[in-house]
Amino acid sequence: MPIDGTRRKLVNGFACTAVSAAMLPCCLGRAALAAAGSLEFKLRNVADRVFAFQGVDELMSAANQGAISNLGVVVGTDAVAVIDSGGSLIEANALIAAIGKISAKPVRYLINTHMHPDHIFGNAAFQEIGATIVGHHNLPRALEARGAFYLQSFREQIGEALMEGIEIIPPTMLVDDRLQLDLGGRVLELQAWKAAHTDNDLTVFDSATRTLFAGDLVFMGSLPTLDGSLLGWLRQMDALAAIGAARVVPGHGPVPADWPEALTAERRYFEVLARDIRKAIADGTPLSEAVKTAGRSERGNWHLFDDYNERNATVAFAELEWE
Amino acid sequence: MQDHAYRSRQLALPLAAIFAAIMLAVGTLFGSSGAANAQQTAATSDRIWQDLKGDVFGDRAILVDTGVVRVEAPKRAQDAAIVPVDIYIDPAKAPDGIKSITLIIDVNPAPVAATFQIGKDAGVAHLSTRVRVNDYSYLRAIAETQGGELHMAQTFVKASGGCSAPAVKNQDEAMATMGQMKLRQFPPQETMTKTQELQLMIRHPNNSGLQRNPLTQYFIPAHFVQKLSISQADRPILSMEGGISISEDPNFRFDFTAHGTGQIQVEAIDTDGKVFRNQWPLEATGL
Repeated sequence: MPIDGTRRKLVNGFACTAVSAAMLPCCLGRAALAAAGSLEFKLRNVADRVFAFQGVDELMSAANQGAISNLGVVVGTDAVAVIDSGGSLIEANALIAAIGKISAKPVRYLINTHMHPDHIFGNAAFQEIGATIVGHHNLPRALEARGAFYLQSFREQIGEALMEGIEIIPPTMLVDDRLQLDLGGRVLELQAWKAAHTDNDLTVFDSATRTLFAGDLVFMGSLPTLDGSLLGWLRQMDALAAIGAARVVPGHGPVPADWPEALTAERRYFEVLARDIRKAIADGTPLSEAVKTAGRSERGNWHLFDDYNERNATVAFAELEWE
Repeated sequence: MQDHAYRSRQLALPLAAIFAAIMLAVGTLFGSSGAANAQQTAATSDRIWQDLKGDVFGDRAILVDTGVVRVEAPKRAQDAAIVPVDIYIDPAKAPDGIKSITLIIDVNPAPVAATFQIGKDAGVAHLSTRVRVNDYSYLRAIAETQGGELHMAQTFVKASGGCSAPAVKNQDEAMATMGQMKLRQFPPQETMTKTQELQLMIRHPNNSGLQRNPLTQYFIPAHFVQKLSISQADRPILSMEGGISISEDPNFRFDFTAHGTGQIQVEAIDTDGKVFRNQWPLEATGL
């Protein structure tokens, strides 16, 4: 069924306030609706003119409005940069509304740390306000391969209403290796990594406050998910730890966290997983059997372990078989 | 050079046919993905199969759940790009042997994942591989006996959905290592049997071709292993005609009864016409 403009606003409003659509004033724009919605959107001040939103340790759902990953905001004297757009337009518009209360400067850049929906589903809201979308040089290719699937599969998971208006919008400014973005009085250092969490991971370092936005290269609390390369992640762990940050905003977990201590738990999990999978491969255990037990000793240490561990083990098995 | 040009022309027709099929499939799968088409159920998967089976098997009778063939896969696929599937043949119920096995994933853009030809006396009673599953779907294994009977078994898989897309994880690595092969030989589990297991692994992105180039909006050509043959000293063990539903880095593990001590030979051909060959000596099994 085609949905006209008015209807679309009402659908959004319904999703975000969970009251009858007919009660909503139709004249409110998307951002206003989102700001007035039930999503409690708190930007924490983590350093001088550096802010972050902490997502919940859950899977994306209609109830949490897709707001499961951490998002960042850095304010310069000329412009604002945003790190990740969130898992829905409602979340993205709530973020934009919250930025408006902090700074009158324009949002010049939206930086995507990688391809996953909880980090990019809000991109359309930032395109609408004129931000340049920045990402890893592999991000457009990754979104080409997955975009249609994400739009289809998340419809079921988060519901039709929350999906409304979500588009897959690739970055237009690409980071080959490193790139500096000048916001006026402060420079962000962007770094593209080799395959780890995904094959399009990007970190953002604010040198003025030594705050690192690690994207999903750092998971705390919620089990890390593997959609790139386990060996690549382990190999780059030392280089990651060597970043001279005073604090980190991980992709998932507490905002902010100590650095590089934030890496300890995920490194241990990956080493346990790799050890268990290598043993299974050496013993000739097939993938379908091995994934049921690999990494199980880590179960008590993580949220969402049952949701993701077998999947991680599957990906790790397929990769480590080639060692 | 001439040979290359000839090969390109030869490929042109089948490739065009493949693209046409894919475009058609994309049209029906993604084009209609409106509100009513959130996720496939067993019933919708079955409807797709009812429409499909005539195209694959004509009007031949397909016997269901006779015990000749059995198929196993996880009820919930952990990673949509890597779903392990095991196919078992019961030799007692197919005394003449099995000629071929067709693996079908109803809801995938190219539902016929692979057709395997089984070598006579090769002892392949178990075959496992890894497939992409786009949505909730039946996985079906249809075995054809030497006598020409078709026997089918099926299992329902809930694709994991979410962030786990049926796509290549590390594209650069996949291209850099393409064509590498690995053969593992597992000795017989029981002392009195001659049946051992082989596992063949091939590095290949096995790309779906369902991605659009953002500038031209044309589909990026599919690039996958089209034909594979595994033999022992020119005696066929297993061959496959496959498509994009086979996971990246195609991986096959199967029972095998050796005949003599000849080498294991493998030849794989992809849609670009690249030919990958390798061979390994048969390891002593201790028999």
